[in-house]
Amino acid sequence: MNAIVTNEGLPTSEPVTQREVLLKVDNVSLSFGGVKAITDISLDIQKGEIRAIIGPNGAGKTSMLNVINGFYHPQEGTITWRGEERRKMKPYEAASQGIARTFQNVALFKGMTTLDNIMSGRSLKMKKNFFWQLLWRGPAEQEEIEHRRRVEDIIDFLEIQAIRKTPVGKLPYGLQKRVELGRALAMEPELLLLDEPMAGMNLEEKEDMSRFILDVNQEFGTTIALIEHDMGVVMDLSDRVVVLDYGKKIADGPPEEVQASQAVIDAYLGVSH
Amino acid sequence: MFYREAGQFKTSYQSDQAMFPILQDRIGMAVILAVAFIVVPLTANDFFLTSIMIPFLVFSLAAIGLNVLTGFCGQLSLGTGAFMGVGAYAAYKLTTIFPDVNVVLFVLISGFFSAGIGAIFGLPSLRIKGLYLAVTTLAAQFFLEWCFIRIPWLYNDNASGAIEVPKREMFGVIVSGAEATPLARYFVVLGITVFIAFLIANVLRGRIGRSWMMIRDMDIAAELMGIRPLQTKLMAFAVSSYICGVAGAMMVFFWLNAAEPSSYSINLSFQILFMVILGGLGSLSGAFLGAAFIWILPVMLKFIPSAIGLEIGAETVEHLTFMVVGGLIIFFLIVEPHGFARLWQIAKQKLRVWPFPY
Ligand SMILES: Nc1ncnc2c1ncn2[C@@H]1O[C@H](COP(=O)(O)OP(=O)(O)O)[C@@H](O)[C@H]1O
Ligand SMILES: [Mg+2]
Repeated sequence: MNAIVTNEGLPTSEPVTQREVLLKVDNVSLSFGGVKAITDISLDIQKGEIRAIIGPNGAGKTSMLNVINGFYHPQEGTITWRGEERRKMKPYEAASQGIARTFQNVALFKGMTTLDNIMSGRSLKMKKNFFWQLLWRGPAEQEEIEHRRRVEDIIDFLEIQAIRKTPVGKLPYGLQKRVELGRALAMEPELLLLDEPMAGMNLEEKEDMSRFILDVNQEFGTTIALIEHDMGVVMDLSDRVVVLDYGKKIADGPPEEVQASQAVIDAYLGVSH
Repeated sequence: MFYREAGQFKTSYQSDQAMFPILQDRIGMAVILAVAFIVVPLTANDFFLTSIMIPFLVFSLAAIGLNVLTGFCGQLSLGTGAFMGVGAYAAYKLTTIFPDVNVVLFVLISGFFSAGIGAIFGLPSLRIKGLYLAVTTLAAQFFLEWCFIRIPWLYNDNASGAIEVPKREMFGVIVSGAEATPLARYFVVLGITVFIAFLIANVLRGRIGRSWMMIRDMDIAAELMGIRPLQTKLMAFAVSSYICGVAGAMMVFFWLNAAEPSSYSINLSFQILFMVILGGLGSLSGAFLGAAFIWILPVMLKFIPSAIGLEIGAETVEHLTFMVVGGLIIFFLIVEPHGFARLWQIAKQKLRVWPFPY
C-alpha cells in the first residue's frame, strides 16, 4: 500500500472535539483472590481517537485490556459498547463485535508462517463450511483468494513482503511485533487494543511502529487503545491519556495536561503513598 | 540446482496456495501415485501386498487421523486404537445387518460412528489440556475396549468374541473376506487412503485447518481472534476420529479378516502415536513416512540379517525394533519434534541452495 502518505513529522494532538463514545467502562473493579488489579476505574474511549493507557508496572493496564476484550470479568462495574451495556461475554464474542488486540508478550502462532498468521486474522470473516473446505476447488478457494488479497494489502502496508513465508518463530522480536499488528489489522477491528507494541524495540523500530499506528488510525479510522511506557511516543501519538497506578485511575486528559499533573509525576518518581 | 522454484513465478494467489506450488513436488507426487496405482500392482507379489503395502496404508491413514488431532490441533490422544475399533465394529454391524449394501460405503460410513464417539470423548478438552487430556482419552480407550468385550451384540454373539469379516463383493469383485485377492484389497485400501488424504489436505490448508493450528499454537490468542475453542476442538476430535474409524474398519475388512477387542488395544494407540511422532507432528507426508518406518523396520530387521548370513530369533527382532523405535522417538522429541518430514524439508532446503549454501 505505497499510496499511503506517511506523516514524517508526527502531528501534535489537536484539541479533542467531543466525539461519539465507542466504549465506556464504569466503576470497574477486578481482583484476583486478594490482589486488587483494578479498583473502581471509569474511562471512555471515543470513536476514532488514539487513547493511551500509561502507568508503572503492575498498575493494572493489561488487566484493563483483558476486561475490555472479555478475557477477565470484573467483579463490579459495567462496560458499555456502542451505547449498549455489555453482558458478561467470552473473548470470541468480543472479537466478533470488532475488538482486536496485540499482546505484551508476543502471542503469535509460532508454528505458522507470517502469511498464515495474518490470514488467521480473517477467520471470523471466512464463512465457507467444512464441506466446501473438503472440496477446495470452487467457493472455498475463491474465498481464500479474496481474503488473501486483503492480507497481501496488509503485508504491503507493514512492509513485510520478504518474510511472508517465514515461520514466525524464526523472526526477530521487532518483526514479530509487526506481524502481530498485521494479524490484528486483518480483523478490520473497530477498536484495536495494543499492549506495549514498542516494548523492547530500538529507536528506528519504534518510529516505524508509531507511523503504522498513526496510519491505521488516520487511513482506516480505527480507534486505538494503546499501552506504552515511552512518554515521547505517548505524547506524539495519543489524543487522550489515562494514567493508572496501583489499580487506580490517577489522571485522565490530553497528554500535556496529564504530563504536568502532580499525581502523575509522583507516581512515576515513586513517591510513597 | 535440481530442486528449485527459480523461474517458476506465481502469477496468482491461486497457484501460490496450491497444494504443491513447486513443479518438482508435483512431479514427485505424480510419480508416487503412478508407482502406487500402476507399478506396485503390476510387480508386487501377494506377500508384499498383504504384509507390507496394505498394513502400511491402513496405518498411514490412522496416523493422518491422529495427526489431525495431535499434530494440527495440539490435543494429545491415547484413544486412537479404540476409535479405530469403533469404526471396525460399526462397519461389521452395518454389513451384517445390510449384507447387500456396498461394503466400501459402509467402511466410509463407519467413520461417522467413531466421529460421534470421538467428539463425546473430546468434550473434556475444553477444560483440560496436555497430559491430563491424554488421561481422559485413555479412559475412552479402556471404556470402549470394555464395550467391545462385554457387548455381545457388537460381535453378533460370536462364540469366539471376535468379528469375522464376511465375503463381500464390489462391482462383482470380492473385496473382503478370506477369498478376496490381495490385489483387490490393495486397490480398495489405496483408493480410500488417497481419497481421504486428499480431502483432509484441502481442509488443512484452509480456514478450518488454520483454526486448529491457532488453537494448537496459542489458544488464548485464537480465542481473542474469534475462534470458539470448544467447537474447534470438537471438530478436530470428530474429523480425527472419523479418519481413524475408517482406518480401523479397513484394518479388519481388507487386511486381518478377523479382529478381537485386543486388536484395538492401547498398544495400537501407542503404535499410531509413535508413527505420528517419528513421521512428524503436523505433517501429512510425515504420517506416511512414520507408518512406513514403524511397519517396515521390523520386516527389514527380520530379513536383512538373514540375507547376510546372520541368524537372529524372532524375539530379538522384536526387541531390536523396540530399541530402535524407542531411541528414535527420544531423539526426535529432543532434537527434531517435526520428525522425518522435517528432515526431508531440510534436505530439500539444502538442495535448493546447492551448490552454493551461502
Ligand atoms: N491472572 C492473574 N492472576 C493473578 N494476578 C494477576 C493476574 N493478572 C494480573 N494480576 C495482577 O494484577 C496486577 C496488575 O497487573 P497488570 O494488569 O498486568 O499490570 P500492568 O499491565 O499495568 O503492568 C498485578 O499485581 C498482577 O500481579
Ligand atoms: Mg502489562
